[in-house]
Amino acid sequence: MSGVNELRIVGFLCNWCSYGGADAAGVGRLAQPTDLRIIRMPCSGRINPLFVARTLLSGADGVLVSGCHPRDCHYAEGNFYARRRLEVFKRLLPTLGIDPGRFEYTWVSASEGQRWQTVVTTFTEQIHRLGPMPRFSPGEACVAVLAESGG
Amino acid sequence: MKIGVFICHCGSNIAGTVDTAQVARTALEFPDVAFATDTMYACSEPGQEAIVQAIKDHGLDGVVVSSCTPLMHEPTFRRTVERAGLNRFMFEMANIREHVSWIGKDTEANTRKAAELTRMAVEKLRRNMPLFAKQFEVNKRVLVVGGGVAGIQAALDCADGGREVVLVERESTIGGKMAKLDKTFPTVDCSSCVLGPKMVDVAQHPKITVHALSEIEDVKGFVGNFEIAIRRKAAYVDWAKCTGCGLCMEKCPSRKSLDRFNEGVGTTTAINIPFPQAIPKKAVIDPAFCLKLTKDKCGVCAKICPTQAIDFKQQEALFTEQVGAVIAATGYDLFDISKYGEYGAGKLPDVITGLQYERLLSASGPTGGHVQRPSDGREPKTVVFVQCVGSRDKSVDRPYCSGFCCMYTAKQVILTRDHIPDSTSYVFYMDIRAPGKMYDEFTRRAMEEYGARYVRGRVAMIYPKGDKYVVRGADTLMGTQVEVEADLVVLAAGAEASQGAGKLAEKLRISYDKYGFFLESHPKLRPVETNTAGVYLAGSCQGPKDIPASVAQGSAAAAKVLALFSKDKLENDPMIAAVDIRRCVGCGKCIQVCPFKAIKEVDFRGEPKAEVIETVCQGCGLCTATCPQGAIQLAHFTDNQILAEVNALCLA
Repeated sequence: MSGVNELRIVGFLCNWCSYGGADAAGVGRLAQPTDLRIIRMPCSGRINPLFVARTLLSGADGVLVSGCHPRDCHYAEGNFYARRRLEVFKRLLPTLGIDPGRFEYTWVSASEGQRWQTVVTTFTEQIHRLGPMPRFSPGEACVAVLAESGG
Repeated sequence: MKIGVFICHCGSNIAGTVDTAQVARTALEFPDVAFATDTMYACSEPGQEAIVQAIKDHGLDGVVVSSCTPLMHEPTFRRTVERAGLNRFMFEMANIREHVSWIGKDTEANTRKAAELTRMAVEKLRRNMPLFAKQFEVNKRVLVVGGGVAGIQAALDCADGGREVVLVERESTIGGKMAKLDKTFPTVDCSSCVLGPKMVDVAQHPKITVHALSEIEDVKGFVGNFEIAIRRKAAYVDWAKCTGCGLCMEKCPSRKSLDRFNEGVGTTTAINIPFPQAIPKKAVIDPAFCLKLTKDKCGVCAKICPTQAIDFKQQEALFTEQVGAVIAATGYDLFDISKYGEYGAGKLPDVITGLQYERLLSASGPTGGHVQRPSDGREPKTVVFVQCVGSRDKSVDRPYCSGFCCMYTAKQVILTRDHIPDSTSYVFYMDIRAPGKMYDEFTRRAMEEYGARYVRGRVAMIYPKGDKYVVRGADTLMGTQVEVEADLVVLAAGAEASQGAGKLAEKLRISYDKYGFFLESHPKLRPVETNTAGVYLAGSCQGPKDIPASVAQGSAAAAKVLALFSKDKLENDPMIAAVDIRRCVGCGKCIQVCPFKAIKEVDFRGEPKAEVIETVCQGCGLCTATCPQGAIQLAHFTDNQILAEVNALCLA
């Protein structure tokens, strides 16, 4: 079966820039890996970092967030909030036991179809290098922690 | 809930690489899906009718269409479900064309992806609520940014349609690039005879206010209710008193001021009215060259001005205008030819731009319409024109065609022969692009009737030899090297986005491409609209274009504004935030982050609570992501809906 090597990558894209950029990539027939599934958001500022955490803990292997370039937000300042929140969140990921390479945020405008193709291709390769996200059942996680602490 | 799912073939656009029938079969297994089918063209009339019919036949109360991007046809299908009696927000779209079928050829992977995106849309729709638009007042004034021919046309059409227009222009006069042209192609009409009367109409129109020497400082608000902060630069002349008599220009002893209107060909006086037909016809002092302002000497203009209009202490002013719509018409600037070092551009005095040559040809130009070399004033007998300088050249990051240079070069060739009958013109070109009405005929006239020597090939270098320049290039049709000894070289400098265009776009919250040209909402369906409601585009700010196209866009943008203003009230997009008063703790964080001041604090039984002003909220969802209680939720982008989409993708 083709595509069996697909990993689960979820994208949160702002409606005005990056979603349009992904459309532009499609209109330009710019080939991309098929792993990514895009969820449309009104603005990158709408993204609660906990969405990203929930997505990764629910079975995704990677999460990509993309919005308008800073200073070019459709709502004037939403992506500034996004940038601050997501940067802090990225640094928090190791604490959650998640490789920070599984999450990236970037800026792609509605005219940047080629840039979107590069972003998707690079991020998909990055996730494939990391492989599927390790999954533990809660019990296993406890055993793992106990084993590590020598108990 | 009963959901109907429609998987569009889009001819072979989707069906070519997605098994749409399979996606429809899979969709039947999704929760609440009562009906699923594939359809040839969902957006066509029979396609839409089939949706209406299915809603009636199966008693559906929500519809998912999996087809193209929602940015294109979401409004279309919202109207379709509304026709069948549903609320238009009981509809969701899955993008299986731009995001699936067009970016991969693996049918199996595409089919699975299309099914998953459809499932995501179904899960979202299951949590949709019917929404109803609210009405709000619209300010029926329009702001036009840029007073070139596109902005002038837009302003006149809006004003003739009965709307008040505020026209803001960066320079001290409107007219833009067209005012600098001598003649226009393909009719060889006098440019100022075409544009001049229009400029006078602007000045005399009771509904148009012109703010020259002004720039947009800040933009607040949204469609129907923009608040525009405008900065007027200091002219050092009280324009209320200035009559434009020009006496000051005659007496000003500082004659070395950069002549911006004449594109730096020659110099002008420190106090200046750019050209005789200027609108407004008011003097401006160049503070870099005025002896009074630089050395506190002179002041002759103040002494002789019959109306005492000179004001050396004038400061720039900041003021606001309230408008309901904005037309951006900021035009273009010329590519900086000095980046072509091999052409000696910027160093060799007789290597000039097409626009500088235009000033040499113009009867109101610095030479009175006599073509003279800038270096020694001699009449050139051999003129070489070089096309595509800063166009179609990846090495200078200008891969696009500027569109109008082939035509204006042909015009300049014809005019050169008219001015200097015993002259010879050479044109080095890559391709002749003349796709307009009477355009190709025009370029042929330049070659056949006016005897211009068109050489197909790039110029490699230009260097001085005696008082002439050697232009060395290739003739790719003959397969030979060519050397021409020229008296004057005219570079057809390409068009690029107007200086500061990016900054204006950021203020207007519209998108622009990597070259700074503003992005239209859709190249074919919405060519003069932007993705920001109430902001429209006209002329070269959207991409290089010639005068006929700029004027057409100016009128088109005006038509859009007049249509917008034809309603007394506008309807908001009801996908806005709402506060659950039981969960709100009145912390006020949402009030702080809202970019539109759309949330206010209200008192509810002695407790502070947040409340959304429904017609002001623009639906960005910043507050929703900020609220620590999850008390403020953006309709159709609630936490629950987004997490349901996540679950549809990850857990299913």
